[in-house]
Amino acid sequence: MNANSFVSIYDVSKEKIIELLESAKRFEENPNQDLLHGKIVATLFFEPSTRTRLSFETAVNRLGGRVIGFSDASTTSSSKGETLKDTITMVSGYADLIIMRHYLDGAARYASEISSIPIINAGDGSNQHPSQTMLDLYSIFKTQGTLENLNICMVGDLKYGRTVHSLLMALSKFNPTFRFVAPEELKMPLEYKIFCDNNNINYSEHTDLMEVIDEADILYMTRVQRERFIDLMEYEKVKNCYILKNKMLDHTKENLKVLHPLPRVNEIESDVDSNPKAYYFQQARNGVFARQAIICDVLGIK
Amino acid sequence: MNKKELLVAGLQNGTVIDHIPSDQLFKVVSMLKLDTLSNPITIGNNLMSKKSGTKGIIKVTDKYFEKNEIDRVALIAPHAKLNRIANYEVVEKKELELPDELIDIVKCANPKCISNKEPMASRFDVIDKKNIVVKCHYCEKALHKDDIVLL
Repeated sequence: MNANSFVSIYDVSKEKIIELLESAKRFEENPNQDLLHGKIVATLFFEPSTRTRLSFETAVNRLGGRVIGFSDASTTSSSKGETLKDTITMVSGYADLIIMRHYLDGAARYASEISSIPIINAGDGSNQHPSQTMLDLYSIFKTQGTLENLNICMVGDLKYGRTVHSLLMALSKFNPTFRFVAPEELKMPLEYKIFCDNNNINYSEHTDLMEVIDEADILYMTRVQRERFIDLMEYEKVKNCYILKNKMLDHTKENLKVLHPLPRVNEIESDVDSNPKAYYFQQARNGVFARQAIICDVLGIK
Repeated sequence: MNKKELLVAGLQNGTVIDHIPSDQLFKVVSMLKLDTLSNPITIGNNLMSKKSGTKGIIKVTDKYFEKNEIDRVALIAPHAKLNRIANYEVVEKKELELPDELIDIVKCANPKCISNKEPMASRFDVIDKKNIVVKCHYCEKALHKDDIVLL
């Protein structure tokens, strides 16, 4: 077991979050640093993810490290029935760090218990995606100058969207006000509302985005995913309910930024892209710096 | 001398589990695999209880259960009383209590959890002892009392 792994955002303290954000900021100012010289990083993607993998590999390359790994488990021995334990044990003999994405919930935690080298969770099923949360936090921190006392409006699929759940838990340390905007079928699960109640966090639920958009500092849009619906009739009913149009931003706050974990389908119309309040592409770019910070942290560099 | 003391006193060496809710008695019997033991066993059920209606009791001669076995019983009969008897004396008497962590006892209800796919022990954190809520250490999903399935 390696104690330095980065597996779940729930393990990360407020102090550590701030430390990582400061570190990400330094990487943004100076992205090419030879801190991983001579190090080998294994990117094990048992489930494909273009953006996350490229972002991590960019981070490693900018730090002067080398990458081994795979981007599709069908070409590896796990498709022959090798256990995750065996794969991780083997790779931890080759590399200095493992960055893994897996289709099963909890895979990264389990890997961190087996591995002798640190594990960074790049997504475990529908459970956690903590580096996404760090880049979301960095994007908020960078555009608002703080994480404290912000009005965060979360829109779309709040039931299954793991990014909103992780972001909610992380931001809860910074006295936020949450506005949850979702169709009835995709409302924020009860456990997160109980969590807010227990921690005196101000929140309210809405079905109409226009009710709360003008007071928001951050508008966090998510995709209503077709594959989440058992009943496709339900999907057809709600899929167009939460589409952001440029005009809807007319009376919003000056400092508002629109975030989206991407990929977007149609939930943000393309005319929003040129609005200075649109921030989702810069947000994706911030992922490289946030991940540089995480990588150096787990390896104990600087 | 009341009935309970009589039952306990009747054992020279072994274990008495008392105050098991009547509807859980036979689950506890099967959980402890008492059907595979050849030791003398006394099982009583639907006995009068001062605390709560009726209760069940199990008395096993020359048998002391492991912590892991007792932790399983605590999940379905959290207020049962465990007495360890040695040479007619009660050497340990305690109310069952859930531990903070359950290892290889509960099956994760999430079919996509790694613990259901790999040859590994399940691991749960007990997050609410009173209402019996446990959370999978791996997939982080919570399970409430009625949804708990044992391995």
